[in-house]
Amino acid sequence: MSPINFVYLAAVLFAIGAATVLVRRNAIIAFMGVELMLNAANLALVSFSRIQGNVHGQIMAFFVMVVAAAEVVVGLAIIIAVFRARQTISLDDPAELKG
Amino acid sequence: MLSVSWLLIAIPLASFFVLMVAGRRADAWGHWVGVAASTASAVVGIGAFFALVGRDASERFEAVHLFTWINGGDLKVDAGLLLDPLSITFVLLITIVGTLIHIYSVAYMAHDARRRIFFAYLNLFIAAMLLLVTADSFLLLFVGWEGVGVASYLLIGFWNHRPAYATAANKAFVANRVGDVGLIVAMGLMFAQFGSVGFAEVLGGASGASTAMLTAIGLMLLLAATGKSAQFPLQSWLGDAMAGPTPVSALIHAATMVTAGVYLVVRAGAIYEGAPNARLVVAIVGAITLLLGALIGTAKDDIKKALAASTMSQIGYMMLAAGLGPIGYAFAIFHLVTHGFFKAGMFLGAGSVMHGMDDQVDMRRFGALRSAMVITWVTFGLGWLAILGVPPFSGFWSKDKIIEAAFVGDGWQPWVFGLSALIGAGVTAFYMSRLFFMTFHGKARWTDDQHPHESPLLMTVPMMVLAVGSAFLGLFLAVGNRFQNWLAPVVGEHEHAEPVLSVPVLTTATLVLVVLGVGLAYLMYLRRSVPIEPPPPSLAVLVARNDFFQDSVNRAAFQTPGTHVTRTLVYADAAIVDGAVNKQATAIASFGQASRTLQSGKVRSYALIMLAGVVVLGAILVMGS
Repeated sequence: MSPINFVYLAAVLFAIGAATVLVRRNAIIAFMGVELMLNAANLALVSFSRIQGNVHGQIMAFFVMVVAAAEVVVGLAIIIAVFRARQTISLDDPAELKG
Repeated sequence: MLSVSWLLIAIPLASFFVLMVAGRRADAWGHWVGVAASTASAVVGIGAFFALVGRDASERFEAVHLFTWINGGDLKVDAGLLLDPLSITFVLLITIVGTLIHIYSVAYMAHDARRRIFFAYLNLFIAAMLLLVTADSFLLLFVGWEGVGVASYLLIGFWNHRPAYATAANKAFVANRVGDVGLIVAMGLMFAQFGSVGFAEVLGGASGASTAMLTAIGLMLLLAATGKSAQFPLQSWLGDAMAGPTPVSALIHAATMVTAGVYLVVRAGAIYEGAPNARLVVAIVGAITLLLGALIGTAKDDIKKALAASTMSQIGYMMLAAGLGPIGYAFAIFHLVTHGFFKAGMFLGAGSVMHGMDDQVDMRRFGALRSAMVITWVTFGLGWLAILGVPPFSGFWSKDKIIEAAFVGDGWQPWVFGLSALIGAGVTAFYMSRLFFMTFHGKARWTDDQHPHESPLLMTVPMMVLAVGSAFLGLFLAVGNRFQNWLAPVVGEHEHAEPVLSVPVLTTATLVLVVLGVGLAYLMYLRRSVPIEPPPPSLAVLVARNDFFQDSVNRAAFQTPGTHVTRTLVYADAAIVDGAVNKQATAIASFGQASRTLQSGKVRSYALIMLAGVVVLGAILVMGS
């Protein structure tokens, strides 16, 4: 099977993740969308690594995973803090920074 | 005495500060401090004079170094005093006449609540004027020059609760500023040419400079002189300056400050030596002013304004003499000294008349004061004879010499300058006699409640001293060419030159014109009665009475266009400069206004924008490759 199909899959996953972030109000769901996008990117990187025949993409994927792990910690902490403060995790509700 | 000559300036300056700082505590005795300071200066001045007289003529100068004043790169200016016959002559005139006027003012200002302040200003003036004449560089001279300007401004506007007087003070200040620009530009040119503004360097090196440069410097110095000395075309302030108390008019606007321009021109003689055209302009300015002032004097009914016009005219004589070159320098200063005495005496006389007549200045309201004020009449009469140039009184010796010198030369110049001076003498005789007759003779035209009386001794004694000077000083200084020889080390010897008309003819012509002038005044103002209301003026009288419309000319030529230029500039500033800046600010603000809608506070719209950005970036990358 041609590795380019994995790139297509990655693009589809990325689109699904992006759509999730844009259309869902629930912060947890949107967060899952972000994770999906990150992993779509990882899949694309690994596929490129395969296509290119070197390990650059795989190394990059490890970096992304590390960043993603850190991001999950911070992101969930923020969501919990927001929930404690306002008893909701709707993304549309906090709009105090409106210009 | 020469090495401590800085005391000349320091004493009155210290007195000024004491009087200003001491406040009302000093009201009771402050005026005597002022008199004492001026007297002390006079004593130092007289001591310095005798120290100089004791030397050989060629060694009669003393440079007193005070301190390094400005030490900036190429420009190094030391503050120092230069005492030579020319400056000592001025020092004596300023301190002696100044002290007499201080004494006079004690009585004249006795009823003024701010007499202490008045004496403080007078002392400031004495200090600044002495600095002006003893400075050894143009820059230090400029400090004194501005100092006397400030003192003059403060004293003209001394009664500034009257708006007209405050305006007169402003007018004098502004007219003087125009002249000061000339002095500043001249100093800039000197620095460019000679690398220095000291008298020794500039005047010593003048022969090495180009004629064009010297002409430029000379004309700029002349501009300064016309401002300070109320010469054409900056003459308009002097008449209004009579708003000041009369002793001020006597000291500042007759005897000393207004002659500073003549001092400047004579002091800068070496510059004019190399710039004959500039010198010619000096003489022309002098000739114009002497006629202008004399003609204005014929039509004035205000005794002080008539005397002011006369001062202008007499300084015109000095300026004319200074413009004639070395032949005239000594006579310019000679006339300056005698004029200082007789004009100060006459101003004090006018003050005495005003004192006895409840501050009346309209000569049509005087008349027959001879019997009521005998001392004033006699002292004023001596001044009158002196300014007329009647031998053997002071004015004869100085003015006649100027007329003679004006007739020396070739071509058109001796005729134009000589005849101007000659006619001026006749007109002077007319207007001074008019003033004298209208004030002291004829029928009494006083208002009903007036009881003229002689002034107290404190006022009459200075008048008597000045009258003695008016009578005999000229003769004393003229005998054996004493004054010329005294000034010769500074202004140079000049070989005797024959005027185009012989001297006896000139003297006779002058005296005939003087007699004609007096006779005409006698017929018009003594034989005929003087109406209290001025008769409807003929065109000539109207022109002279309005000072040749000098104010209207200034308004039309400078003020109105100046106002328009200023308004245009203000508009341009608001519309273009400010406009551009404001437009920028508005543009940035509206850009900010537009961008703030992007900051919706909604996380999901941010995400959308980020995604759109990524898509655009990706599209660019794809297109690019």
